[in-house]
Amino acid sequence: MAHGPAKGIGRWLFTTNHKDIGTLYLWFSFAMFLLGGFFAMVIRAELFQPGMQLIRPEFFNQMTTMHGVIMVFGAIMPAFVGLANWMIPLMIGAPDMALPRMNNLSFWILPFAFLTLASTLFMEGGAPNFGWTFYAPLSTKYAPESVNYFIFSMHIMGASSIMGSINIIATIMNMRAPGMTYMKMPLFVWTWLITAFLLVAVMPVLAGAVTMMLMDINFGTSFFDAAGGGDPVLFQHIFWFFGHPEVYIIILPAFGVVSAIIPAFSRKPLFGYASMVYATAAIAFLSFIVWAHHMFTVGMPIAGELYFMYATMLIAVPTGVKVFNWVTTMYKGALTFETPMLFCIAFVILFTFGGFTGLMLSVAAADIQYHDSYFVVAHFHYVMVAGAVFSGTAAVYYWLPKWCGKMYNETMGQVQFWIAFIGFNITFMPQHFLGLAGMPRRYADYGLQFADWNMVSSIGAFMYGAAQLLFLYNVIATIRNGKPVSDNKVWEGAEGLEWEVPTPAPYHTFATPPQIK
Amino acid sequence: MSAESSYYVPEQSKLPLFTATAMGVLSIGAARWAGGLGGPAIFFVGLAMLVAVMYTWWSIVVKENMQGLVNHQLKHSYVISMLWFIFSEVMFFAAFFGALFYIRVFALSWLGGEAAIGWFDDTPTGPAVANNELLYPGFKDEWPVMITPDQAANGDAAQFIGPEQNMSWPGFANLLTWLPLWNTIVLITSSVTVHFAHTALKNDNRQGFIRWLAVTVLLGVFFLFLQVEEYIHAYTELGLTLESGIYGTTFYMLTGFHGAHVTMGTVMLLIALLRGLKGHFNKDDQFGFEAASWYWHFVDVVWVGLFLFVYVLG
Ligand SMILES: [Cu+2]
Repeated sequence: MAHGPAKGIGRWLFTTNHKDIGTLYLWFSFAMFLLGGFFAMVIRAELFQPGMQLIRPEFFNQMTTMHGVIMVFGAIMPAFVGLANWMIPLMIGAPDMALPRMNNLSFWILPFAFLTLASTLFMEGGAPNFGWTFYAPLSTKYAPESVNYFIFSMHIMGASSIMGSINIIATIMNMRAPGMTYMKMPLFVWTWLITAFLLVAVMPVLAGAVTMMLMDINFGTSFFDAAGGGDPVLFQHIFWFFGHPEVYIIILPAFGVVSAIIPAFSRKPLFGYASMVYATAAIAFLSFIVWAHHMFTVGMPIAGELYFMYATMLIAVPTGVKVFNWVTTMYKGALTFETPMLFCIAFVILFTFGGFTGLMLSVAAADIQYHDSYFVVAHFHYVMVAGAVFSGTAAVYYWLPKWCGKMYNETMGQVQFWIAFIGFNITFMPQHFLGLAGMPRRYADYGLQFADWNMVSSIGAFMYGAAQLLFLYNVIATIRNGKPVSDNKVWEGAEGLEWEVPTPAPYHTFATPPQIK
Repeated sequence: MSAESSYYVPEQSKLPLFTATAMGVLSIGAARWAGGLGGPAIFFVGLAMLVAVMYTWWSIVVKENMQGLVNHQLKHSYVISMLWFIFSEVMFFAAFFGALFYIRVFALSWLGGEAAIGWFDDTPTGPAVANNELLYPGFKDEWPVMITPDQAANGDAAQFIGPEQNMSWPGFANLLTWLPLWNTIVLITSSVTVHFAHTALKNDNRQGFIRWLAVTVLLGVFFLFLQVEEYIHAYTELGLTLESGIYGTTFYMLTGFHGAHVTMGTVMLLIALLRGLKGHFNKDDQFGFEAASWYWHFVDVVWVGLFLFVYVLG
């Protein structure tokens, strides 16, 4: 296996190489990011002014649904799987992923799943229109015909996730170089180990949920129909038993990325490594026992409300440990502010902000006011976009020189950062105000009192969208004409095995495992 | 290459892309067929593609193992992957068991007008009683649900008509003619016989291995036969169908998915048996069989849960 990549398109179609597959994942997720982003632009364009201007309300519902599903399952998750593919074998000194062919299978399922999903837009009755949380009975009794395609694309997408996660777990448990003990693994590897565990635990539950939908819709069962003795609220319980860990599936690898980048540009080791590991594990554990905080208005017994409220608040503790450690890592460091670092600092600030609004939402009594308002939309976009997407962007700028051996243009990177940062805040900060003033989410139209902030928010969204096109330009420009780097260590403060292989990283690395001291 | 050489990283392979294509075709076919938007043709084409490509894939993996490409470390990757795969299956069943528990503990007592905490406190409160009277007057919380809420409120005009009889505990007098008990005996016996096969293999007793494994496969098939009998009986004589409300729903979905997993497990064991007849396994190299046997034990444990919560306490 000393040779390089195969020639032509076959290289990508039939590859077993973790770097190729990582690249495939990253490009696929970026394509989905643009598609989901385009849907977001449609939504914001319609909401630019009150009244219906561009699209019909039915189509608006399809847009919110498709935006959510594609961003969560098509863009963010595969982006981090792409990073995992590229970086985990490099970080632990492994020749490849544990099961390279299954790795490629996990990737190639995704285009089929998302083509099927996207094709529902052109079907009779339109695409799924029940929101990305697809609550029954909206998604069962009142669903468009295309719901069956939605269900099966979720099924194979889930199969892809489970196989990918098992592969990651097997790689981390079994392929570490001699001397690489668990507590010497980079935090990115740790966060992915725990994320993969979460995925293996909850993707089957999602599969169960969509299976029950399938049966209710087509085969006359009554899981979610009270007339037969079932309960629509049951759907919410099952969905959120998956859904809450899902948000950590999205954010934990982001934590790992930030924990790699902040020390590199602070020129200090990560503060409190062990506590970071334990905090990650604690967050993962708690994520299984807090799901009903998404359901405070559903009519749960008061004991349930109280339990889920307190349990949810507990998550702030390990999350606080992490934020504290990142800040303390920077404290008295020799800081420089290259693009990856800027995105990471923005991550720490904005993610913490999103965490605080999450804490507000966790108060059951208060949540009854915030529930399903734009305040919630603002909250989770601070976590999903300023959290996951910012850190993903940081990761690309940070590792791109290692991947392709070319340096991006720092000025252009920083320009992108500032447009993204400002555009993001203009988009989502006003949504807090809208929500607190009573604007409900998922509506195609709104009262006149919400007009000003909606217009501001839409302007910000277009700005943020433009920043992504600039990002695409930056990456392509770097790959084509970037200044070559030949140092193994692209960044002077960066630590880890991935910086000990040549730049650009050879097609095969660590055929014989390195010795870790 | 010797068995302890470096980790085997396979060359380029067309299998993954073909498998993904098969899965895509299969799922589109399934969606069309289930939704009544088209016939089953695409579904079966996808299924055939999947079976063909999986057969090819596993044959190649077996061949690589015979060639000694699979070193100790790679075997360990297989072990880890299989165990985590079984864990994911456990979580799949957890969703359905969770649904059953939620329905029985919470949903039904609320529909029946009992207080909000179900089993823990079933005093009818004002709002709870109103809940019952406004939504489904006359519905009583009982398990198995023989009269659905719909039926209680709307009589024969209801969409969901409860079953005439259920599959629950028949009392000690009728125990020996109770099919689920025999199912349980068959499946638990098969878990023991597969263990005997494993022990025989570890002792290099190949004949014993083949014999016990064959017995296990037969028991698996027999279990499936009994299960089919039970379904036919329930559908034709007990009026218990997927459409008979939440009892039929949970009964068929739990036992049905279990049955599907028994089918998979039986196929895995059958393949292990055929490979064993070809002389593939010995006391140091038996992962293909071991994985199947772990899966079989898992399927068995799920059945014990089913027997308890769907049948005995059903
Ligand atoms: Cu949550």
